[in-house]
Amino acid sequence: MTADTLPPAPDLDLLATDVETDLRRSVRAVLAKTCPTEALTALADGTDEVSAAAWSALAGDLGLAALLVPEEHGGAGAGPREAAVVAEECGRACAPVPFLTSAVLATDLLGALGATEALGRRAEGGTAALVVPAATRSAQGWSRGAAVSATGGRLVGDVRGVVGLPADLLLVPVAGPDGPALHLVEAGAEGVTLTAVTSLDATRPLTDVHLDVPLDGAGSPLATGEKVTAALDHALATAAGLLAAEQAGLAAWCLEQTVAHLSERRQFGRVVGGFQALKHRLADLYAEVGQASAVAAHAAAALAEGTDVPVSVAVAQAFCSEVAVHAAEEAVQLHGGLGMTWESPVHLRLKRAKADHVLLGSPDAHRDALATLVGLPGPEAG
Amino acid sequence: MSEHRSDLEQRVTALLEAHDPATTGRAAFLRARWDAGLAWVHFPVGLGGLGLPRDLQAYVDDLLAAAGAPDNAPERNGIGLGMAAPTILAHGTPEQHERFLRPLWLGEEIWCQLFSEPGAGSDLAAVATRAVPDEATGEWVVNGQKVWTSSAHLADFAILVARTDPDVPKHGGLSYFLLGMREPGVEVRPLRQLTGEAEFNEVFLTDVRVPGDQLLGSVGEGWRIANTTLNSERVSIGGQAVPREAGMVGKVAETWRTHPGRRTHGTHQRLLDLWVQAEAARITGSRVRQQLAVGAPGPEGSATKLVFARLAQQLSALEVELLGEDGLRYDDWALTRPDKVDFTGRDAGYRYLRAKGNSIEGGTSEILRNIIAERVLGLPGEPRVDKDVAWKDLPR
Repeated sequence: MTADTLPPAPDLDLLATDVETDLRRSVRAVLAKTCPTEALTALADGTDEVSAAAWSALAGDLGLAALLVPEEHGGAGAGPREAAVVAEECGRACAPVPFLTSAVLATDLLGALGATEALGRRAEGGTAALVVPAATRSAQGWSRGAAVSATGGRLVGDVRGVVGLPADLLLVPVAGPDGPALHLVEAGAEGVTLTAVTSLDATRPLTDVHLDVPLDGAGSPLATGEKVTAALDHALATAAGLLAAEQAGLAAWCLEQTVAHLSERRQFGRVVGGFQALKHRLADLYAEVGQASAVAAHAAAALAEGTDVPVSVAVAQAFCSEVAVHAAEEAVQLHGGLGMTWESPVHLRLKRAKADHVLLGSPDAHRDALATLVGLPGPEAG
Repeated sequence: MSEHRSDLEQRVTALLEAHDPATTGRAAFLRARWDAGLAWVHFPVGLGGLGLPRDLQAYVDDLLAAAGAPDNAPERNGIGLGMAAPTILAHGTPEQHERFLRPLWLGEEIWCQLFSEPGAGSDLAAVATRAVPDEATGEWVVNGQKVWTSSAHLADFAILVARTDPDVPKHGGLSYFLLGMREPGVEVRPLRQLTGEAEFNEVFLTDVRVPGDQLLGSVGEGWRIANTTLNSERVSIGGQAVPREAGMVGKVAETWRTHPGRRTHGTHQRLLDLWVQAEAARITGSRVRQQLAVGAPGPEGSATKLVFARLAQQLSALEVELLGEDGLRYDDWALTRPDKVDFTGRDAGYRYLRAKGNSIEGGTSEILRNIIAERVLGLPGEPRVDKDVAWKDLPR
């Protein structure tokens, strides 16, 4: 590839619309009320008094489970730009809700494959999860480790580290005898074993899935072959692009909280935020956070327009993953001893940021993808 | 906005009909363009503009370029157009507007900026160049030394910050002048840089006389006016989307693509990381431009220069390494005096060395970080030992 064949950059609108600004305000207000720090911290101790209430407020009161469901199937018919606003606020609040996994990832996949009945149930607030390892970045990445097979009249397999559970419906990509297929399996069906795993990020549960389900119980696949891989790629790209918004929101929160803390904390007779060593770190972080916000907006706009999606998403993931972790790590360090405490809200973001770093492809995986997409091959290409 | 556009399109069409670029001389065309208010549309009527939003200029420029019209070679007079003009417009008298803006825009008079001094770079308010009034003639007599002055050897005029009152604290004793660079007592010496070329100069001012009507604003207002200039310097005014891989990243990507034998796994990872960062910077710049276009510059803007400087340095450093022994060859150490800065021109070694200036010129990265921390994030200012002390009493 030469610079002539480099995918050209589209000129996308990166400014928030009034609708998006209103949506942001509503979501932020709901999450401020339903996701207090103490409740989020208690999740790691096994006490969940927050997930159901938060999701019920988002999905029920604001109708966000149905945000990406087309209007003809009972949804809001909104697009990735609006979803990015919600994801960004979920990141700020570290909300333990299945918005990204169900309302974005699973819904996009169901939509791409025309699963009208299942979409209708999503619009009513039902949750769904894609049963692949959390780090899966693409259909190709999934197929290398495809763990569920459809042979001998049964769906059998183990998938470690699935995000988005518990959910009502499992979307199971399967390596079938005739290539890839996607099966829908009710989470409560016989032969489904879900084992909750203790996760680094307690606000986003991790589950090991064991399936040994008769194929007649799982019905015929929703789709097979190339259609499945294309839809899977689209859904994973959409989720990865909107995960960037979550990361941008998380990073912005970390910067704001750290600035607020350093504006009050006094040591050596001075406000700590007046020390140049700290000011310069925060200025650098501010630059990164501003860029993360722009890059995430760009990915959402690209998804909405259906243009430049692979490059925009890979850039957003590679960039925003790093910024979110950096912002959270800086927040812990600059909160000093407070940042290390269980009571502090900061470590929740550190855990979410590091988990997000792995989710849907690490920055390295996305940079590897870019090498091909933008014509910068590695040494092995000669 | 769209009604402005159709109005502008009509004005451009009328200009092109009355002055066909194919048959009209360059100077005549530019004068007609000025008279039509299409020089800088955000300037007032009568001063080359139409009082319209600034971002519409790019639209006009595009239409005229498409019609093959000459431009006013903006790269030759960057300081005049980008810094002197907005400052003169904001603080000048009607007579000063009338005298200076038209020849400036037409490129008949080139401008430079006499701000920095050997003892006053980042601490600009510390300038020691003196301007003393001559009661008999109404003129000012200027003595001092300036440094890092781009284009001084080409310039006809300079914007000058000089000390008019040493008995008050440093920010209060400055005044702002428009100084003729061809006057007796102005001596310009090339200042050779680490690249070998002399892109900028030292300027020695010895009893230079400045007419009283070339004081800009009032005596003692120099610091406030200088800030207009510095803010103009840092505003991003580009109206168009920048292509992917523009600038330094494009140079490195091209080197990567054309030198497959030089690739290593380590440099591959660095390249991809920097490519992502460059794309992030491009996208952020694009959003800043969109915000400016709707009149709401975002705070991201103040961080763009910081990011640009670091990226240019990392990318140009990588390129020298990628080239291996070819990276050890330097194109030319000869002393030249270019009339414009070309960051990405010449060879990899030149780009590496020139990029070191990106974090110094136009505000060092350290000063920019202070500005972001204090003015954007609201953190406390640096302790000041010079605030209430008369300038003449400060240790130097």
